[in-house]
Amino acid sequence: MVMPAKKHLVGAHYGLADWLAQRVTAVVMIAYTLLFLGVVAWHGGLDHGAWRALFAHGGFRVATFLFVAALLYHAWVGMRNITMDYVKPLVVRLPLQGAIVAALVAYAGWTIGILWGGR
Amino acid sequence: MKFRIYRYDPEKDGAPRLQEYDVALADTDRMLLDALVRLKAVDETLSFRRSCREGVCGSDAMNINGKNGLACTTNLRELREPVELRPLPGLPVVRDLIVDMSQFFKQYHSIRPYLVNDTPPPEKERLQSPEDREELDGLYECILCACCSTACPSFWWNPDKFVGPAGLLQAYRFVADSRDQAINGRLDDLEDPYRLFRCYSIMNCADVCPKGLNPNKAIAKIKDLLVKRAV
Repeated sequence: MVMPAKKHLVGAHYGLADWLAQRVTAVVMIAYTLLFLGVVAWHGGLDHGAWRALFAHGGFRVATFLFVAALLYHAWVGMRNITMDYVKPLVVRLPLQGAIVAALVAYAGWTIGILWGGR
Repeated sequence: MKFRIYRYDPEKDGAPRLQEYDVALADTDRMLLDALVRLKAVDETLSFRRSCREGVCGSDAMNINGKNGLACTTNLRELREPVELRPLPGLPVVRDLIVDMSQFFKQYHSIRPYLVNDTPPPEKERLQSPEDREELDGLYECILCACCSTACPSFWWNPDKFVGPAGLLQAYRFVADSRDQAINGRLDDLEDPYRLFRCYSIMNCADVCPKGLNPNKAIAKIKDLLVKRAV
């Protein structure tokens, strides 16, 4: 250890940004959920044709991606909190957090593929 | 009245155990502390802290039937039998119901629990308007019994890094004080993923506080100030 054992490392100064981001992303998710439910209600249910027509609309794809991005960032803050609380050894925590980031970024890529991947 | 009490002497016992007691109470025994004092007369090895016996000193905080509280302000008639008494959760046990509060007070001291004011002191005292004084209601009453912090899972997982509800209530008590000048330094110190933001507002703190205080509300006010300062 580079630090004397009795000293505590605190003061990373990013607590507020993440806490606020978690709230903002939650609002984005609520807004999208209401939008989605509103569209379904307006169509009077969803069949395959209506679903395809909905996602053919560029604005709805952007809104969907915004929702997924908010979800992923929200999940990142939450997952990191879990690793900070329950996974104490740094040699385990850091790779685990790296794996979580990799998975979340992969989900983002997958989402783009689904939304704009042609056909 | 029947009791099941956590017994442990780290120097002699291999593991903690629950000991059963059945004790006859007098008509004048009203609070749990009265019963404990009576038990102590039967078994002098039973150890617990106590002092003022009226909910002011905060010495006799313990886990009573699964919920933290003060023995001296807990009415015996409201307790389900057998009454199960354990030490405050999450802190090292010194003996029986006595816990080592060092970590708790270390966090309390870390928030600088005193007024910081560099202006020359007036002849008598630093005055407050009644409105400014009202800001401290619901904060100054804390007796540091540790019921809240030891009911908080975030404090259990990170007692060395998370200040805990009691310490944060006190942090806001000084942030809110019109006579204190160190608000920015205090907020800087709490702008940290561990010190303040391990609080996920599960509100065990407000649920157990024997003085009816709400540390979660104070924590929310600190977060509000941090947002106001940054956005």
